[in-house]
Formats: sequence, structure tokens, C-alpha cells
Amino acid sequence: MDITTIFVNILGLALIALIVWYFWLFRREGVQVAEVAGLQEVTIKVKGGYDPDVIVVKKGKPVRLNFLRQESAMCSEMVIFDKIQKSAKLPEGETVAIEFTPQENGEIPFQCQMGMLRGKVIVAG
Amino acid sequence: MMTVSDLTIEKNKRAATPLHSLNNLADPETDQEAQAIAKEYRSLVRKFWFAAAISIPVMLVAYPEVPWLYLPNLFVQEASQTLVRWLYVLSGLATLPVMLYSGRQFFTGAWGALKRHSADMNTLIALGTSAAWIYSTIALIIPGIFPEGTATPFYDVTAIVTALVVLGQALEVRAKGQTSQAIRKLLDLQAKTARVLRDGQEVQILAEEVLVGDVVVVRPGEKIPVDGEIIKGYSTVDESLVTGESLPIDKKVGDEVVGATLNTTGTFNFRATKVGKDTALAQIVKMVQDAMGSKAPIARLVDVVSSYFVPAVMIISILTFMVWFNFGPSPALAFAIVTAVTVLIIACPCAVGMAVPMSLVAGVGKGAEHGVLIRNGEALQTASQLKIVVLDKTGTITKGKPELTDTVPAAGFDTETLLHYAASADQPSEHPLAQAIVQGARNRGAQLADPTNFEAVPGHGVETLVAGRKVLVGNAKLMARYSINTAEINGEVERLQGEGKTAMFVAIDGKAAGVVAVADTIKDDSVQAIRVMQEAGIEVIMITGDNERTAQAIARQVGIRRVLAEVLPQDKAQEVHLLKKGGIKVGMVGDGINDAPALAEASVGFAIGTGTDVAIEAADITLMSGSLKGVAYAIEISKATMRNAKQSLAGAFAYNTLGIPVAAGLLFPIFGLLLSPLIAGAAMAASSVTVVTNANRLRFFKAKSFAKAAIN
Repeated sequence: MDITTIFVNILGLALIALIVWYFWLFRREGVQVAEVAGLQEVTIKVKGGYDPDVIVVKKGKPVRLNFLRQESAMCSEMVIFDKIQKSAKLPEGETVAIEFTPQENGEIPFQCQMGMLRGKVIVAG
Repeated sequence: MMTVSDLTIEKNKRAATPLHSLNNLADPETDQEAQAIAKEYRSLVRKFWFAAAISIPVMLVAYPEVPWLYLPNLFVQEASQTLVRWLYVLSGLATLPVMLYSGRQFFTGAWGALKRHSADMNTLIALGTSAAWIYSTIALIIPGIFPEGTATPFYDVTAIVTALVVLGQALEVRAKGQTSQAIRKLLDLQAKTARVLRDGQEVQILAEEVLVGDVVVVRPGEKIPVDGEIIKGYSTVDESLVTGESLPIDKKVGDEVVGATLNTTGTFNFRATKVGKDTALAQIVKMVQDAMGSKAPIARLVDVVSSYFVPAVMIISILTFMVWFNFGPSPALAFAIVTAVTVLIIACPCAVGMAVPMSLVAGVGKGAEHGVLIRNGEALQTASQLKIVVLDKTGTITKGKPELTDTVPAAGFDTETLLHYAASADQPSEHPLAQAIVQGARNRGAQLADPTNFEAVPGHGVETLVAGRKVLVGNAKLMARYSINTAEINGEVERLQGEGKTAMFVAIDGKAAGVVAVADTIKDDSVQAIRVMQEAGIEVIMITGDNERTAQAIARQVGIRRVLAEVLPQDKAQEVHLLKKGGIKVGMVGDGINDAPALAEASVGFAIGTGTDVAIEAADITLMSGSLKGVAYAIEISKATMRNAKQSLAGAFAYNTLGIPVAAGLLFPIFGLLLSPLIAGAAMAASSVTVVTNANRLRFFKAKSFAKAAIN
């Protein structure tokens, strides 16, 4: 086995390790939503994903997530909150609000219709 | 807050709205969506043509082994190394705008996902096409670093795969537009204008400007703009577009009319009771939209798979590269890079992710067309698994209103006399049975007299004087109280009761005059709907508070074998609970108010015949028409939808589990077969188009429950 082959194989295994770590193991801090006049409001940009996609809110206070879709790709035309049975169409360039008041701690995931784009609301005490 | 005087001013202001633009009206929401789809489609088609145009010359310099397809052959006998190199340089440069313009969304999408530690279809296509381009470019600039025979660029893969995937996306967008047509069709039903009475004058205004309490005038052939109650006139209304009920329905003063339905021949005035987002149609649209945005439980399973899918494909691609590089035949590097790229390109997470949602959208839309409103994906999936359907008797199988069915005179009396006296005697009574007799007599053309000394004896019947003759109408207890000899007609009474009817004795001047019977009659299409369900292998059970005999009589007429009789309203939920034992999926059909607890307890609760009240909390499926056909249809469309979703899902899984290993070169050691990345690109584009097309087949679904009714 020559040096190139060894190098290529090590590189390959390193890439696999990187993929596993980056896509599956990595845990990120969410964006803590500021509270203004009792309302926890944040704007989420929709372009190839949700930005921010991990949102931390407090329990028992109303939450308003303003989705703003900035792309025409059909994949992201709908956002679905399966756990709280809410969904909305997101016309390009328009702000669409999803409102709810989380009553218990935990995670409320949201995603596009096909489940390719994902995000979550983390409800903490 | 608006005061009454504000409201009047508001009304006057609105009444003065000029009507010049009425004809150009279209619903802004549906229009906007249709435009967005059309715009996206046009943009994708442009991108496709651009990529396709570049692909042709790029392909013409990529295959020296196919002489008639090889560009240099047209000009020179033997292409020099320098010429070939320059042609590749041109190919590489020409392919750049294909990636940056036609394939732009793959790169922006992939980058957006990458930033959030996720990967999707865009990631795979961006990686595949850019890996091909980068490898080709390095091979062109510094061929020396690659082993002998591997430094051949393959820009054609970048250009053609981009073209094919973009074409696939364009076709998908167009097909998707058709799938979600249902909502657009519903919104198109709306009337654009309304004729209302303001200060005694008829004025035409926009339909959305009608206020609650407005008196709306509807002429023959016009659409009813909002929901309301008729206060003057009568007509026949075609409600088929909203309720799925095919026969036009007679409407008179006091009857409810539903917005977006079509008036046929009469003219009437009605008072608006629900406008704007409260109308039945607006609620239907909202419910359908919500259902389309919900998830079927089966899709949750898919979600788990798709969250691991793309990184897994990337790992498989790297492993493929390594295996070919280490163990492949010469030129190993060339094989390694091509197979790795082919794996990235052939994998289609979209087909997997889209399978269930697309079928759901098509199925829910199809249901709405027939007046069947499915609340969410879970209701649809469960409805497809029902083993037992429990039908409430009164108002569900039957019309829910007693009607006069039999008039049997005793010796010495005739039918007309019997009916005249019985109905006249019953006139002042508010009892539903008495009302049925009065109504029945009127329908048969009887002239009724006003009784005197009317007395209702609770639990017995009525006694009164009609034209000076003493008339008794009631049960055996009443007859016994006045010592009437009923021996002659007792047999008739028993026979009628055996048929599930309520029979009442009539006595005139102390003599038994005959029997009148009323019964809650069966809806016209109940028998047919029950048969369709039974043929689908569902056990149909009737539940009722009536006594066993009456219940059995009705059950026999509609072909139901199992009856739960004498069940108190509050115990219905408990009965449903017992049937569910052992995990059996039980559907319950009833009205949304009295049966609400039982509907909620059932695996799927069907609320039937709800008129303008669409959003019934306890119901998983709401049926706009009063017919049981809706239940049969709901089950049929649910089954068809789930079957469709499973087909797509199985197809998409099979495609990926077969396609990826083949792309990796699994068939090479045995058959010497290797998949071209170009074919992989075509297959990938075709797979997601197939999923959407399969879902669209549901639009042509023909249900037994409606087909047979049409023949009958």
C-alpha cells in the first residue's frame, strides 16, 4: 500500500467521522427569544431551511413565530407543527405568524411538508 | 367597538361602493398561489432550457468513443491533444453558468441546510454536480497528479444532471399544482356579488361586504352569497357542490341556505346569519387546508428515516469511493469518482418524503369534493383501518322525523274519515307523533277541522271534540280508560309495531275507528351505503335508545344484523368503548351534538348532516350532506388514499434501496454493469415526478358509494 492509498483511506474515514459528528451528533444551543410586553416573538427566515431553527421559549407565555419565506422553491411552501396541530402556507415574501402558548416543557418540532427542512421550539421553564 | 349607528354608516358607505370592477374579481388567495406556482414553473423551465442548450455541445466533446457523437470528428481527421484540451476547457467554462444559474437553488439550499447542520436533496445534487466539475477541472489543469488514464474530465455529468433534475422539479411543481386544486375549486364556488335590501332598495354589493342581518335577494339561477335563513319566498337549491348531495333540495321560509350553493328556479329573500370566515364554505376551506397540512401517522415513521437519509447517502458515497479506489480495476480513481458521484445523484430523499403528504393532499381534496371533510391525516389513516362502524339510528339511518305511514280503518269507517278525525283531534298537540299525523293528513289532501275541548293526557294521547263527536287518539291505556273495545284492531296494531312503527288507536264516539301509524322512515340511500360498507368487510352495527322490536324492524329493512337497542344516550360512548376492545378500530356515526361523547370515544367519529355548522369538535370526519353515503365514501377514499400513499412509499424505498447499490457498482463484479451518472440523474428526476403523478391518480378515483347510487 503506497502513501497515496493510505492518505486517501484516512481522508475517507475522517470524512465519514466528520459527517456523523456534524449531522448527527452535534447539539446546538437554541436562540433564546426575547419577551416584549408578554409576547415571545421571533422572525424565522425560510431559505433552504429555517433561520433560526432552534428557538428557546418560556412556558405559559404566548409565542409568535413570524415565518418569512425568501425563496420560491416549492419545498418550503408549508410549515407544519404536527405536535400542536398547526400548519400554514408561506407565500414568498410574506410574513405568516404561527401563534401558540406552550403549556409544558419539552420540544415542539416543526418542518416542511416533506420533512426535509426541520426546526424546533424548545420550551423551558 | 362599533355602535349601531356606526354600523348603519358603515352599511351606507358600503352600499355606495361602485360596482365597475365586479367582473374582474377573483379570490386573491387562490390567485396568488396559482401565480406563485406558475412563476416557479416558468423559472424552472427557463433554467432547464438553459442547461439543456449547454449540455448538447458539452456532450459532443465528451465521448470520443462514440465517433458520430464526437464534435472534433466533424472538422479534423485525427483530433490533436491540444484541440481536445481546449474543447474541454470550453466545456468547463460553459458548465459554470449551468451550475450557477440553472442549479443555483441546489447550492443555496445546500448551504442553507449545512449552516443548520442538516442535509437534504439539494446537498446531494450540489455535491454530485460540483464533485464532477471540480474533479474534471483538476484533471484538466494538473493531469499529472492522477494515475495514467484517469485524467479525463466529465463536465457532461454536471450539465446534464442539472438539466434533468431541474426538469424533474418543473414537472413536479406542475403536478403539485394539480394535486392542490381542490381548495382552489372550493374557493371558486364563492359568489362574487350579492343583491341586498338597503333602505327598501335592492343594491348589488360585493359578496364579502354582506353583513350579518342583511336581507339578501336571490333570483333564479343565482348563487347564494352567504349562509342564512329564508324569510320570504321558496325555491329549489342545488347544494351538490358543497354537500355532495346530488338532488336539489326544496327550501321554504325558515329553512337554512348555504353560501356558494346554486338557486335554481324560485326567487327568495333570506337573512344573512353567517358571513366572511364564519360561512360553511370558509370553514370547509379552512378545515381542508388544515388537514392537508397535517401528518398521517405513517408519515411520522418516514420522518425518522429521512432525518438519517442524506448523511447516510453521503457516507455510502465515500465508502463506494474507497472500495473502488482500493479494490477496483484500473483506472481505479476514475471508477471511484464516477461511482461516488452516481451514488450521490441517484439517491432521492424527495420521493420518500413526498409520498405520504402528496397522497394525503389529493385524498383530502377528493373527499371535500363530495362533502366529506376529513380533519387530519390521522383520521384518514384510521378510517382506512375501520373494522366496525356503529350507526346511530335516529337521524342517521332514518330521517329523524316521524312520518305518517299507515291508516287502517275499522269496520264501518273509511280511511278518509279516520284520517280527518285523527288529524283534526291532534291539531293543537305539539307532540311530534301528533304533528306527524297532522302533516301526513295535510299531505294527503285532508281538510281538517278545529277541535274543541282539547285535552292532552300525558303518556296516553289526546281526547277532544271534533264537529261535536268525541275523538280519542292514543295508546292502549287511553282506550282502556274509556273502555273502548279494540279487539278488532289489536292485531293490526301488533303487526305495525312489529314493523318498527308507532301505532295509535283512534276512537270516535266510543267506538274503535281504526289505527294510524307513524314511523321514522329510512333515508333513501341508507340501504345502499350500508351495503357498500358491508361489502368492504366492515361490520355495521346499529345503536339506538328504541326498544328491541322497533330497532330490529329498522335493522332488517337496511340489512343490519347486529343491533344495540335500548341504549341510553349517555351510555353510547361506553358501548363504543367496549367494541374497541382488543384494539379494533371502531367508527361511530351520529349527529355532532347528542352523540358527541360517543363520536369522541370512537377511533373515528363521523358527524352527519350538520348543515352550516362545519367545525364540529368531536368529529374526525364531518359529512356535509345528511346521507350515509358520505360515511361509505369517506371510508373508500381513505382506503384508496392510504393504498396510494403506501404504493408511493414502497416505490420510493425500493427505488433507493435498489438504486443506490447499483449506482455504487454492486452489479459490476458479476455482470460488469456500471450505471452512468446521466441515467442516475434521469432516474432521480423521474422518481419524484412519479410520486406526485401517482398521487394525482386519486383525482380520478371512482367510489362505489356514489357510482351505484347513480345507476339506481
